[in-house]
Amino acid sequence: MNHVCNNVHAILRIILNNKNMDDSNCMANDTVYMDYQATTPCDRRVLERMLPYFCDDYGNPHSQHSLGVTANDAVENAREQIASLIGVRDRREIVFTSGATESNNLAIQGIARFYREKGNRIITTTIEHKCVLEAFGALSREGFDVVFVPVLSDGRIDLNAFRSSINDRAIFASVMWVNNEIGVCQPIEEIGKICRSHGVIFHSDAAQAVGKIEVDASHVDLMSISGHKIYGPKGVGALYVTMQPRIRLSPLLWGGGQERGMRSGTLATPLCVGLGAACEIAALEMAIEYERLVRLRKCFLEKVFDALPMVQLNGSSEHCIPGCINLSFEGIEGESIMMGMPEVCVSSGSACTSKSLEPSYVLRAINVKEDLSHSSIRFGIGRFTTMDDVEYAVEKLIKVVERLRSMSPLW
Amino acid sequence: MKYSRQVADLYENPQNVGGFDENDENVGTSVVGAPSCGDVIKLQIKVDDSGVIYDAKFKTFGCVAAIASSSLITSLVKGKTLEEAQQIKNQEVADYLSLPPVKVHCSILAEEAIKKAIDDYRSKK
Repeated sequence: MNHVCNNVHAILRIILNNKNMDDSNCMANDTVYMDYQATTPCDRRVLERMLPYFCDDYGNPHSQHSLGVTANDAVENAREQIASLIGVRDRREIVFTSGATESNNLAIQGIARFYREKGNRIITTTIEHKCVLEAFGALSREGFDVVFVPVLSDGRIDLNAFRSSINDRAIFASVMWVNNEIGVCQPIEEIGKICRSHGVIFHSDAAQAVGKIEVDASHVDLMSISGHKIYGPKGVGALYVTMQPRIRLSPLLWGGGQERGMRSGTLATPLCVGLGAACEIAALEMAIEYERLVRLRKCFLEKVFDALPMVQLNGSSEHCIPGCINLSFEGIEGESIMMGMPEVCVSSGSACTSKSLEPSYVLRAINVKEDLSHSSIRFGIGRFTTMDDVEYAVEKLIKVVERLRSMSPLW
Repeated sequence: MKYSRQVADLYENPQNVGGFDENDENVGTSVVGAPSCGDVIKLQIKVDDSGVIYDAKFKTFGCVAAIASSSLITSLVKGKTLEEAQQIKNQEVADYLSLPPVKVHCSILAEEAIKKAIDDYRSKK
């Protein structure tokens, strides 16, 4: 059996090694991927590190024998790599999960339920990811007093509203580090200070921040991380849970008590290794990558604004990650823009692209005019985006915007 | 969203895009929908003395299905009398385009557009 697995592994390696590293993460020639906030391609260097743990070193990391120890070493090394990226000294503070949705749910439900005796007010913002909003919604139906703090028109939290949302019954607040639709960064350090001075436990969904910008875990008590947003595999994430002071939470899953009792279930060694490798690469390359993305963003925006009038950038252009560019094109609708440039993979805040037929709640929260919410497109650029990609995408974009505007009654 | 071939074709090569002089007494004009809802259709018909629609044009702000529905309905009404055009039901548009349920409202908007354009033409007479 082992022999067969080794063969599969060998074949995979041959396939991989035939690919040149330089172009190994590029797509088919005529398609440009610009949806890096939805997901990122797994970096092939990450995949390479994961492969041995499928068929060769397949031991259960919780087993005591040699194969188990090998797997456990790999998992603990990954935990260390994650901890190191976010400035955490004790790797035991990192809990592996299946992704940011689980991390967010574990933090929010886990804290609220564990500390319910201390108070029932829990606080978040209006622009969080759906999994955070829905978790708070579920707790609200259980009787928790939920406050959704508004954001200002640049997408940054209204700090005065946040301060006044804290009363003596407040136990917990969750504010995302970077927004997934508009890329706006929140003043996490300041929010953390406010929470600390009021004894409120502070969680941040950092799925779009970790590996993109400097993230310092000392500002928060808990932090969610996602693998597939940082060139790691899908199906894995982590939750940072501080031990100083020790934070406790009620688990979502009952079982063998793995991950210090917070997350039962056998760890997926290859996925943990992948997340760790992704973090290690990010730590090494983040600064250079950031500068490169700033240049690509600048070039993209210059070309778009030069060619097209009446285009609006949504969200703060100062406090944002360079890889997320959310634009509204007056007079035309987002879905028809997307369909008009099938060679460019993007997302839209338009109602027509959402299941609910409602335009983006994030754009509504920052007071983007309703027709401009329908006209929004998110361009996500990242590690494998080239200047050629940007030029190609802009060329396709200009063509479709001009065509649709020529047939719009609003233009 | 996965659309039918018919929708994709009419989105890529829409028929009858454009407009007529609104003040022409042989022209009926309608604007339906709202920018805040994400769909606006402006539809115009040109009617001859015998009451036959001999030309129709549209401009649409909206999704792919709204553009395809507008294109289809302008093609459907050409050559029809006002009475015949008034009988066109949104279902005909939705069926031809195989619109998914969440997009049926685009065909309803197209039906509303043609009815209101006919009303506008008649109000001028």
